[in-house]
Amino acid sequence: MTSPLATLALALSSGAVEVIDLTHTLDPDFPVIVLPPEFGQCARFRMEEISAYDHRGPAWKWHNITMSEHTGTHFDAPCHWVSGRDLPQSAVDEIPVDRFVGPVVVIDCSAQSAQDPDFLMTPKHIVAWEREHGQIPEDAWVLMRSDWSKKSGAAYLNMQDDGPHSPGPAPEAIRFLIEHRAIRGFGTETVGTDAGQGMHLSPPYPAHFLLHGAGKYGLQCLCGLDRLPPTGAVLMAAPLKIRNGTGSPLRVLAMIEKGTA
Amino acid sequence: MTDPLQPPVKKNPQKRTLSPTRPPESRSRAALGLTAAAAEGRFALQCCAECGEVQYPPRDACSSCLSTDLPWRDVSPKGRLIAETRIRATTSLYFRDRLPWRTGTVQLDVGPSVICHVHGDCERGARVVLWNRLDRAGQGVLIAVPEERTQNMQDDPQLRAMTSDPKHRRVLITDGRNPNAPALAKALLGAGAAAVFVGEGEKWRPYPERAALEALGVEFLPLDVTDTSSVGRMAAEYGGKVDILINNARFIRPGGVLARGDTGFARDEIEVNYLGLMRLAQGFGPAMCSRTGDGVNSAVAWVNILAATSLSNSPEMGCFSASQAAARALSQSLRGEFRAAGLRVMNTYVGPTEDDWHQPLPPPKVTPNALARDVVKGLQNGLEDVYCGDVAKDMAEKFRRDPKVLEREMTMGGEA
Repeated sequence: MTSPLATLALALSSGAVEVIDLTHTLDPDFPVIVLPPEFGQCARFRMEEISAYDHRGPAWKWHNITMSEHTGTHFDAPCHWVSGRDLPQSAVDEIPVDRFVGPVVVIDCSAQSAQDPDFLMTPKHIVAWEREHGQIPEDAWVLMRSDWSKKSGAAYLNMQDDGPHSPGPAPEAIRFLIEHRAIRGFGTETVGTDAGQGMHLSPPYPAHFLLHGAGKYGLQCLCGLDRLPPTGAVLMAAPLKIRNGTGSPLRVLAMIEKGTA
Repeated sequence: MTDPLQPPVKKNPQKRTLSPTRPPESRSRAALGLTAAAAEGRFALQCCAECGEVQYPPRDACSSCLSTDLPWRDVSPKGRLIAETRIRATTSLYFRDRLPWRTGTVQLDVGPSVICHVHGDCERGARVVLWNRLDRAGQGVLIAVPEERTQNMQDDPQLRAMTSDPKHRRVLITDGRNPNAPALAKALLGAGAAAVFVGEGEKWRPYPERAALEALGVEFLPLDVTDTSSVGRMAAEYGGKVDILINNARFIRPGGVLARGDTGFARDEIEVNYLGLMRLAQGFGPAMCSRTGDGVNSAVAWVNILAATSLSNSPEMGCFSASQAAARALSQSLRGEFRAAGLRVMNTYVGPTEDDWHQPLPPPKVTPNALARDVVKGLQNGLEDVYCGDVAKDMAEKFRRDPKVLEREMTMGGEA
């Protein structure tokens, strides 16, 4: 009998299992979350040449890069939020590595998000999804597909005079996922796990407050969720091992069975 | 009257661009007092502290009593043009390309007679005013102009060679997000600028000034002074089309060292205010320096807008002031590096500006319009140092008199 891993390896080499990329390119002009200017701000991605086969280093090219833990496609650890600050294993370097690979389900909210940029996913939407695809398995990543990653420029943050407008989860949806489905984490295609207007919900920024308070993880600025099947994929999301890191840019990959997306 | 300057014709792409040349540059140390006054557009001559005799040319001992105490003082620039001629042949590379060149002798009301450049509208024997201007070598020189302004006076080729007039020139304002961008763009277009480019970073983030800029018909260029690749890309594409660069990019937050407790905002201040200037200079500097001899719309000036607290730190904005001091120091290096090309660095020092970050401060504050007016006037007069608003003027005066006294006043939190 073949081992499960050997089967997987064969499936990968034959193409029966595909690896897809759910990551935006780290680009200086990619939007980051914007806070009121008196607060500290998220650093943009920046790259400076150290040398490029020239007088600064004749045979090699390399760069120094700077960014925030929360720039680009990134992982949120529980200690990112005040609600998770005292939890054990709440920083990226402390989280056991098995948490970084696991099952993932995708709840498609792209139609509602196209209709309403302030769309909030509620438990009703989750239950309706489960009627079609079965109950969300325990310890799974739940990704909210909004197709928001296909937007660019000003349409992505969709910043207005009253703040950004982009879809996200309602507080009850996050509570439902934590209390009744024991999820591992929650991910979105928008700039944060919360809706653009999340600061006006209760609690403010409910996804951040509730998820991290419960020791769950966040993923944001994902792309390509339309290439994932609703169930049956495996997510690989390992943040950099930063001491006391509250998050990290990362390469998010998924394994899917060919033809299931 | 002067014939109005015509917009430049399109360049013949088969002709080589004129290499930069400079008028004679060497001066005695004493003569640099004239340059210092010209940098601010003042007319000053040495006046003997012992006998009061006004001196010209600059010297180390009084021509009347041999005293060596010869401070520079602002004096009346008025006089009479007693002789004039046109030079039609010269071995000077700079003047050869600009012949004929009018020179003459002015008998000043305050005493000395002065050999000087002569504006085309001055008539022999007429009353004239001497303007102390910087030539393209960056040295103070005197040019006689009519006592009463004449039509298109600024377009006189000799005067234009000494100024940084925006007329028919293309200007890049580096940061459209700065609240002063629309006022600057409007003033420059009003002064006859051929085009105004406005740098715009992070297009994904809307800002209120954009509508006003759009209405003025400026051209937006994606440019973020903190992003080396963005500066490099724009400099490669537009560097040869920028005749005047106005760096108005500014990151400012209140607070000194202890009030902040971290280096977060200070890093942003250095990234924008200091390294941003460096990136722009590395990007746009070479192209601009190569075009300082390029006819009517030659590259002519690099403008920095600096806080007056770059002269002496204001602890309420201590970290920001330090970044401004760094930028000021860098601008001095740029003056040295641009010198050979004759590209002028004009620093505009402003006191507290009318914006969000100075909202809790009492007036007087510099409005965007006042700043824009002074920038354009400074360019038209070819200045190197402009002090905009009462606070900046006052600080500059104190800085000249005694930097230590100024430092003590600034660091006593208004209790001086």
